[in-house]
Amino acid sequence: MTATLTPVEARSPLFGRLLLAEWTKIRSVRSTIWSFIMLILVTFGFTALFIGLTVGQWTKADPDQRARIISDPAGTILGSGFQFGQLTICVLGVLVISSEYSTGMIRSTLLAVPSRLPMLAAKCVVFAALVFVVAEAIAFPSFFMGAAILHSKVVVSISDPGVLRAVIGSGLYLSVLGLFALAIGGIVRHSAGGITGVIAFVLVIAPLTQLLPGNLGRYVHAYLPTSAGVLIGQSHPATDDVLTAWQGFGVFCLWTAALLAIAALLLKRRDA
Amino acid sequence: MIEVNDLSKRYGDKIAVDHLSFTVEPNRVTGFLGPNGAGKSTTMRLILGLDRPHSGGATIDGKPYHRLHDPLRKVGALLEAKAVHTGRSARNHLLYLAQTQGLPTSRVGEVLDLVGLTEVARKRAGGFSLGMGQRLGIAAALLGDPQVLILDEPVNGLDPEGILWIRNLLKALAADGRTIFVSSHLMSEMALTAEHLIVIGRGRLIADSGVAEFVERSSKRSVLVRTPQSDELTAALSAEGGEVTADGDGVLIVEGLEAPRIGELASAVRVVLHELTPQRASLEEAFMELTSDSVEFHAEVK
Repeated sequence: MTATLTPVEARSPLFGRLLLAEWTKIRSVRSTIWSFIMLILVTFGFTALFIGLTVGQWTKADPDQRARIISDPAGTILGSGFQFGQLTICVLGVLVISSEYSTGMIRSTLLAVPSRLPMLAAKCVVFAALVFVVAEAIAFPSFFMGAAILHSKVVVSISDPGVLRAVIGSGLYLSVLGLFALAIGGIVRHSAGGITGVIAFVLVIAPLTQLLPGNLGRYVHAYLPTSAGVLIGQSHPATDDVLTAWQGFGVFCLWTAALLAIAALLLKRRDA
Repeated sequence: MIEVNDLSKRYGDKIAVDHLSFTVEPNRVTGFLGPNGAGKSTTMRLILGLDRPHSGGATIDGKPYHRLHDPLRKVGALLEAKAVHTGRSARNHLLYLAQTQGLPTSRVGEVLDLVGLTEVARKRAGGFSLGMGQRLGIAAALLGDPQVLILDEPVNGLDPEGILWIRNLLKALAADGRTIFVSSHLMSEMALTAEHLIVIGRGRLIADSGVAEFVERSSKRSVLVRTPQSDELTAALSAEGGEVTADGDGVLIVEGLEAPRIGELASAVRVVLHELTPQRASLEEAFMELTSDSVEFHAEVK
């Protein structure tokens, strides 16, 4: 065999090419497909389960709880599915970058993009956009499904104040959560460690801060990334909320931006 | 052309590469040789910008790697460890790399054909044998039709046919005017492939020379003599400055005297010779001799 290599030519702008390459990467591994299938199953499953239980137990529920559901039915519906569905995005977000390290593929990637940061930026754009599209495609039907189940107790329509924003906001929240997990994955460069860290934060550490005494717990909890971020998925603020929906989402974005900045700095500095 | 200039790298307090300088010229295969742990892989990673040096630097055609635009079109690299996501197909691995460089998709099929992986191109790379993994790595290195190739232990895991294929491929690429830099810890492999050698041990440069000069310079030449009158001959040769070691059964190993001179001396003292053979150290021996002080991990042989 001889080493015949045809000369190659063809150029397009760098960032566009990197977006295409990151899209190829993310669509060509099974973890992406499985995570989204899990997201769909878990979100629809828990929406049906929790809203069904709420309707069934309506007369036995305590008045405070009923009052909260009546004041924010959209947030209740969206939260019941995404509360667990979001975990699949945490896993996928970490894996999107940590799997490059665990398999050694990061070296191939960085040989192709030695300036490194454009690769991270392209990865963030592609992943956030993909999660947003998938999350919206789930948020709307799960809202309508939940609203139909809840109909006999509370009537909620997409045209009610704040509801459309909450439905779209749920997709925004998952999208930023994906970036939050991606940043952690990029910092720890280890799949199991990254996934454990992000899920422990979302499910355990953030809720636990509510137990801090007095107003301290209330404020610390309010400004933590995920507890601030979920506010965008509520149609109507709860009485003890410190931040508004958009303020909360802004706080979440700032946290995520800060972590991404750290991930970027480390990517630039560390040996691959 | 690859230029390495005063390159150093430490991991903690362990020095992996120690003020290394050398040049890799185009038009020939340059072997990069050293015992395990000598710093070959680290040097290659430093050249490729994957690791940051503590001092010095390396350039490829005058530019550091991270300054190259579309680097895969200029430099192709194969690193020792597999650098492929195990869940992705060979085809998709090459496709995303091609896309980062703005290379046409058709190029992926070409390099898959070239390395003989077309039939398994859609299979997950995690199921590949070591040899198939090496071929995929070589396909990635050739993707951008680069002028410079940096290959870390490319024959690792290949079967004899694959080794021959690599050898011929590298020679053909070098003949085409490309710069080929190949590492190996096997001297015998380099003897068949490389025209020039860069030898390192413990991160330091030991030799930078042609293959022939390397053997010439680094091996002590000796002459094997077989005679029934070893005592007389030993005395005569020692008197002329030869260093004689008896090897039993009438065999003498002589250093410091050429074979013709030994024959003349034997004749002068009327000693019968049964054998007179100049001994040349093989490349492997030359390499062992040269790097014996700098082997990182010794195994006691008893």
